[in-house]
Amino acid sequence: MSVPLTLLGLLEREPSHGYDLKRDYDTYFGRGRPLPFGQVYATLGRLARDGKVVMGEVGPGEGPDRKRYVITELGATEVRTWLSEPVEPEPHLQTVLFAKVVLTLMLGRPAEEYLDLQRAAHLRRMRELTEIKRGDSLVDGLLADHGLFHLEADLRWIELTTARLEQLAKAVRS
Amino acid sequence: MDRTDHGAAGTVGEGGALVSAFVEARDVVLSFGETPALRGASLAVQRGEIVAIMGPSGSGKSTLLHCLAGILVPGSGEIWFDGQRVDALGETRRSTLRRDRFGFVFQFGQLVPELTAEENVALPLLLGGVRRGPALGRARTWFDRLDLKGLEGRRSGELSGGQAQRVALARAMVSEPEVLFADEPTGSLDSLTGEQVMNLLVDSAREQGTTVVLVTHEPRVAAYADREAMVRDGRVTVPAVEPVAS
Repeated sequence: MSVPLTLLGLLEREPSHGYDLKRDYDTYFGRGRPLPFGQVYATLGRLARDGKVVMGEVGPGEGPDRKRYVITELGATEVRTWLSEPVEPEPHLQTVLFAKVVLTLMLGRPAEEYLDLQRAAHLRRMRELTEIKRGDSLVDGLLADHGLFHLEADLRWIELTTARLEQLAKAVRS
Repeated sequence: MDRTDHGAAGTVGEGGALVSAFVEARDVVLSFGETPALRGASLAVQRGEIVAIMGPSGSGKSTLLHCLAGILVPGSGEIWFDGQRVDALGETRRSTLRRDRFGFVFQFGQLVPELTAEENVALPLLLGGVRRGPALGRARTWFDRLDLKGLEGRRSGELSGGQAQRVALARAMVSEPEVLFADEPTGSLDSLTGEQVMNLLVDSAREQGTTVVLVTHEPRVAAYADREAMVRDGRVTVPAVEPVAS
């Protein structure tokens, strides 16, 4: 998650105070890892230095939260470019799962039992995510869906690998 | 060993007391001609539980469901439901059991095309001797619950896949079954529609305290269950719960 680009994106909606940006970031993107205030203001400072945001009018009161930040054309262009670029597909070709299966077979141990345990662990996590999906928040549900589809992909790999264990054992022991 | 057979004489509950299962297969063997489908499958399901039976194609998971539901009779082994031995009953009594105490949802072709949606839902009640008026009245209450309002008069050909499956769910639940057997209930539906059907299935079952035995090859569907049982080569294995390594 790119914090500077996400904050810029939030600013493109409307000029905002640092506090509002932190609140919205934590609500939609933080997921149990709130953004420290220090990081919010340090990031905004760097974005201002690079000409991507400017300070708007200063409200009454004291402290840094008096400042409203406004996105510049440069910042808006950067957000538009970022949002239009596809994310790098991550094939995860060297996963721990893969390494454990291959090593288990190399060592002559029963990989099927490991895969059964892994399947159970995946399904347990999928049940937790399904419970989240069945809650009221569509945003939480959408994020849970992302996790569910990835876990499902792992499970398909587990099923296929289970079906090919004999062949795989021969291949890695030869 | 990381796997346990869920079977034989029930499971050990809190305090070590033996809890007898509500629905149970004990060491069930069944062949279709020379082809073995189940080779000593055991599964114990407690009252109110939602259990997903998973496994690769041809593993025997649907055959196990059909045995548990009293549709198929195993060559050897025992099927128990609520303290009675189902496989020892004759076809007539098994048929009555299925009609009065079980509900069924399958993947395809469940609705009678000549009947309207509400007549389809009322069918188990009509077959059970409930008069047409009260049966249709009870059937209609399900149209609200399953978001089917306005579709009462449609025939199956006039329903979308998701609507037809919800009508099938209503028909399975209208007689308030003690066990719902669902075989790939979302198999013919897209992800979103399948999700709606599963939410409604789980909500209805929880509301009525219905035990659910669900066969699926889809992990996302199995994740609606309380736990899963794996069928492989005609046998059931249930992985023991172990902490996940960091």
